[in-house]
Amino acid sequence: MRLLELEINGDRLHVAAPPHWTLLEVLRYELGLTGTKQGCDKGDCGACTVLVDGKPQLSCLMLGSAAQGHAITTIEGLLPAHRAQGGAGADPVQDAFDRCGALQCGFCQPGMMLSAKALLSENPTPTSTDIKHALSGNLCRCTGYTQILEAALLAATKTEEVL
Amino acid sequence: MKSFELARPTSLDEAIDLLPKGRGPAEIDDARPLAGGQDILTEMKDYLITPKRLVDLAGVAGLDAYQSAPDLVLGSLTRLARIAADPQIALHHRALSIAAESVASVQIRNQATLGGNLCQRPRCWYYRNESVPCIKKGGAECFAESGLNKYNAIFGGGPSYIVHPSDCATALVLLDATVTKRGPRGESRMPLEQFFTLPSEGSVVRENVLKANEILVQVEVPAPKPGWTSTYLKFKERESFDFAMSAVALSARIEGDTIAEARMVLGAVAPIPWRAGEAESFLAGKPNTHATWKEAAEIALAQAEPLEHNGYKVPLTKGLIQKALRELSGGESK
Repeated sequence: MRLLELEINGDRLHVAAPPHWTLLEVLRYELGLTGTKQGCDKGDCGACTVLVDGKPQLSCLMLGSAAQGHAITTIEGLLPAHRAQGGAGADPVQDAFDRCGALQCGFCQPGMMLSAKALLSENPTPTSTDIKHALSGNLCRCTGYTQILEAALLAATKTEEVL
Repeated sequence: MKSFELARPTSLDEAIDLLPKGRGPAEIDDARPLAGGQDILTEMKDYLITPKRLVDLAGVAGLDAYQSAPDLVLGSLTRLARIAADPQIALHHRALSIAAESVASVQIRNQATLGGNLCQRPRCWYYRNESVPCIKKGGAECFAESGLNKYNAIFGGGPSYIVHPSDCATALVLLDATVTKRGPRGESRMPLEQFFTLPSEGSVVRENVLKANEILVQVEVPAPKPGWTSTYLKFKERESFDFAMSAVALSARIEGDTIAEARMVLGAVAPIPWRAGEAESFLAGKPNTHATWKEAAEIALAQAEPLEHNGYKVPLTKGLIQKALRELSGGESK
């Protein structure tokens, strides 16, 4: 076991985990943050996407120790924006996915939303092509891509309003 | 994934000391270097390799050099996303910029390092299948030679028929890159073209000259000579992220209606980035016409030896070569 010092969704945490555990395994099986999904576990599907210092990365291809010293945002990190949690309202990305029904089984949704979130932070006015490019590392096995693209576009308009 | 000891050295010498002392296939699994982890962790999850120790290079000083174009110095830990996003690299070393941007997905480019990209292992499905004892894993046979070889080599094959999976390797060989590696006896530099080895030349279980206790330190790319431009065309089976089925890295100096000089490296067709030397010689001083492009493509593929299921790579690569020549001539690239 190895003691890791992690910063997850703004919280500084100390977690003990075996050295071969990926960040994904630490999140899900030590911290109970099961919003991050374990899909292919090999870098093909993007379901395990988290933000590392604001940039989307695959938590299944990163050892827990490699996450130390970086600010990690998981899908649960978007929650404080929710009114129910005492925040000012839903995150624009979360709200847009909700309004567009941009999910079927929901398995890919956390990764999709975080990839969209990272894109909008970098480029608040993306084109459809920019969005397709930014989300190309996230697979939807239900093939619900049309609504996902619409949601990202809607979130972009809303993000612009917020800014 | 099997558990291992995770070493986190801070200096190159310390890291080298933690790597295997011996050279044999038995020792190589004692310890392996870890950079971005995008390839090695998938190999470990599939039990293709089961190292007893991983030597994490993240904290090692001296692997993070970064000098932007025109004279490029890229430490081996440079993330591919950084290369792809650098406007100076796009301007002076366009083939590398396009190649880096074409690798995998946004997430993987944010994590993957240049050193890891150059040292990644083959994608051949026989190699990647834990239960297949292929020649790349120390077995006796290359099952791709007479098996399902759609994605395998049409040049330089035998006794293994893998293709080198790196986009950056193809572009960097085109751009005359030099690589620096370090081992127990110190540092050495060599042209990147000599870094990669054919299965018939070096050890069949490796794709390059790097020994088990050596670390790739950095890659240097000289400023382009006046008048030269470059491009990289990659053909994938799907629009979303994928490995190349064929790729062409091309640079040329075009003067008026003449191709003064050209350099050409083919990707995903051979176990190493495949230099098309005869096509380069042919192109020098030729009129810049469709007929020249077509003949250059014919010459580049003349020695190809397709296997049963990868004959499509011959016309595909010819098409990419003509498209690349048209693009450097100012024509439409798509």
